[in-house]
Amino acid sequence: MSTSAKTIEEVTNRAYPYGFVTPIESESTPPGLSEDIIRLISAKKNEPAFMLDWRLRAYRHWTAMERAAGEPRWANLTYPSIDYDKIVYYSAPKRPVAASLDEVDPEILKTFEKLGIPLEEQKRLSGVAVDAVFDSVSVGTTFKEKLAELGIVFCSFSEAVQQHPALVERYLGTVVPPTDNFFAALNSAVFSDGSFCYIPKGVRCPLELSTYFRINSAGSGQFERTLIIADEGSYVSYLEGCTAPMRDENQLHAAVVELIAFEGAHIKYSTVQNWYAGDREGRGGIFNFVTKRGKCAGARSRISWTQVETGSAITWKYPSVLLAGDDSVGEFYSVALTTNRQQADTGTKMIHMGRRTRSTIISKGISAGHGNNTYRGLVKVLPRAEQARNYTQCDSMLLGSECGAHTFPYIEVANKSAVVEHEASTRKISEEQLFYCKQRGLSGENAVSMIVNGFCKEVFKNLPMEFAVEATRLLGVSLEGSVG
Amino acid sequence: MDRAMLSIRNLHAAVDGVEILHGIDLAVEAGEVHAVMGPNGSGKSTLAQVLAGHPTYTVTAGEVRYDDQDLLAMPPEARARAGVFLAFQYPVEIPGVANATFLKAAVNEVRSHRGLEELDAMEFLELLREKAKIVEMDPSFMSRPVNEGFSGGEKKRNEILQMALLEPRLAILDETDSGLDIDALRTVAGGINRLRRPDNAMVLVTHYQRLLNYVTPDHVHVLAGGRIVKSGGKELALALEAKGYEWLDAPGEVATR
Repeated sequence: MSTSAKTIEEVTNRAYPYGFVTPIESESTPPGLSEDIIRLISAKKNEPAFMLDWRLRAYRHWTAMERAAGEPRWANLTYPSIDYDKIVYYSAPKRPVAASLDEVDPEILKTFEKLGIPLEEQKRLSGVAVDAVFDSVSVGTTFKEKLAELGIVFCSFSEAVQQHPALVERYLGTVVPPTDNFFAALNSAVFSDGSFCYIPKGVRCPLELSTYFRINSAGSGQFERTLIIADEGSYVSYLEGCTAPMRDENQLHAAVVELIAFEGAHIKYSTVQNWYAGDREGRGGIFNFVTKRGKCAGARSRISWTQVETGSAITWKYPSVLLAGDDSVGEFYSVALTTNRQQADTGTKMIHMGRRTRSTIISKGISAGHGNNTYRGLVKVLPRAEQARNYTQCDSMLLGSECGAHTFPYIEVANKSAVVEHEASTRKISEEQLFYCKQRGLSGENAVSMIVNGFCKEVFKNLPMEFAVEATRLLGVSLEGSVG
Repeated sequence: MDRAMLSIRNLHAAVDGVEILHGIDLAVEAGEVHAVMGPNGSGKSTLAQVLAGHPTYTVTAGEVRYDDQDLLAMPPEARARAGVFLAFQYPVEIPGVANATFLKAAVNEVRSHRGLEELDAMEFLELLREKAKIVEMDPSFMSRPVNEGFSGGEKKRNEILQMALLEPRLAILDETDSGLDIDALRTVAGGINRLRRPDNAMVLVTHYQRLLNYVTPDHVHVLAGGRIVKSGGKELALALEAKGYEWLDAPGEVATR
């Protein structure tokens, strides 16, 4: 084995520091799914009738899809079929939902503390408000009052259903309809919590809003739903982080995120996904099947997705933008790292509907170990989208010789004034690069980490400051052990 | 001889099973500058790379002592931290990594090895500004990715800048003069001269004599067919310049057996 191969192998044999389990009592539904379970979830959450109807319609659609074809199989992913009868669809800490953070189970507070997400407001980095989701429920949201002064609603989804049912009823499912795809239908039927955010007209949200998702219970799935509405001329930056305990069995995470930007609004959505990825042999790890989509509903609106995907055994995820408003802008910046036996099939869809709409796609895929990394992206220009413009850059880096990088770009253009560009590259860390760094005194591990970070720079620079630091560190940890 | 900073004895090295160095003997004392000259393919660059620990080359026989340590047993990063520096003939590009970031990481690795405190960003920039003057480098290079889009001359100047920052005990400069126009050559040579100190040593690997017009060596060695065929003072370089390498009775086929 060459030195670079040795180096890379060491960097990719990583330890997962978030793999612990919190010993709390939780309340769960029995495994499996039926209309009764859905009625139970809805009743537990004391939902209005429209929500239950919505869930049941989604459930019926999903069962029809299940019977007809089952899960979608077009992705470049290999995994055993998921047994939907064995999944626990609702699991919540037993203590009743706390009215304030002081009442949250101390074990849970400790968990978030350990994850570096202290929920006590005085300990928070100023400038970030957090909604913490533990298994199926939100356990606390910080800085709510401060935000409310500006008319900003930032709360758990369950709370939004109670406090702002009109907003929920009006916008839920308008970007990702329950019938959109298999996993979106499942999520719509059973989702238990998530975050909700509304930014009023002309308000620039002064804090980074953040949701931190934590899976704790064994055997349970996590199905959260996030809905962000940015009214005319508003701005919000939203961050999402995720971790889960280390377990030998796979756990399903099927989330839906919907974003709506009205005229002149800008939503920036950043994710650092670090679900447990399974061990070196590919045992365990999260199956991450997520539907994320934003709609630039108004003219000159803008939606930017930035994602750093380092966790999960399977990642199936295509944060997309519907560019409906004229002069609207969609952006997708992605770093996906697959190591050991991880597989990712991720990318985006940019649907140009309005005139002079513009989109940018920058995708960086890094494969190490036996990891398999696929970029899949659609750029579609509809007939009305005069002078639409897209730029796509899709780069892959291979660390080692057992991993894979794949690219599936789809381009459909129905307006001849459109300009669509696609650039792609594949590279390796060369022996010469490694030797050069080592000759300057860097360890192999630091050299690989530095070279990989350089490769990802165009994406990282779009992350909010604290997140960029976190992402750089995470990449280092994830690559730890691949180098010698 | 045992007191030498670097002592190379009977060094044989091969790449892909083909032996290139057929027994090199060389001793370098602190404060000395040695020029290693020779025609293309004579093994000059191989010698430089072997001393730095490039993984492509296999040492098949011989030994190298550096400051009384077994240099060949040390991995490349340990050699670097112990003060062995190679200025690359072809400096490598690292896309996306700012030159300053790279240099700071390198300086701090070496500093922490020497028991010195790591420099923070401000202290490092101060040091960088000062050292950049030695090679007349524009500060804008610091935020550009390592060697990416640099001209040949800029890359070579960047190598000398790194040498200035890392303050090696033993610097091996592999064809640092190649591809430089006369102005760049003068700048680079000026930088090298300013870094000459009684406690460090330099090995200049070069094909041409012209660098030696600016940097005066204490010793000149001619490498041909993987062996040192002649050693002398600085006048040897001038003789080579006048007569070419052919006048030397290069060992050729016979010597490689």
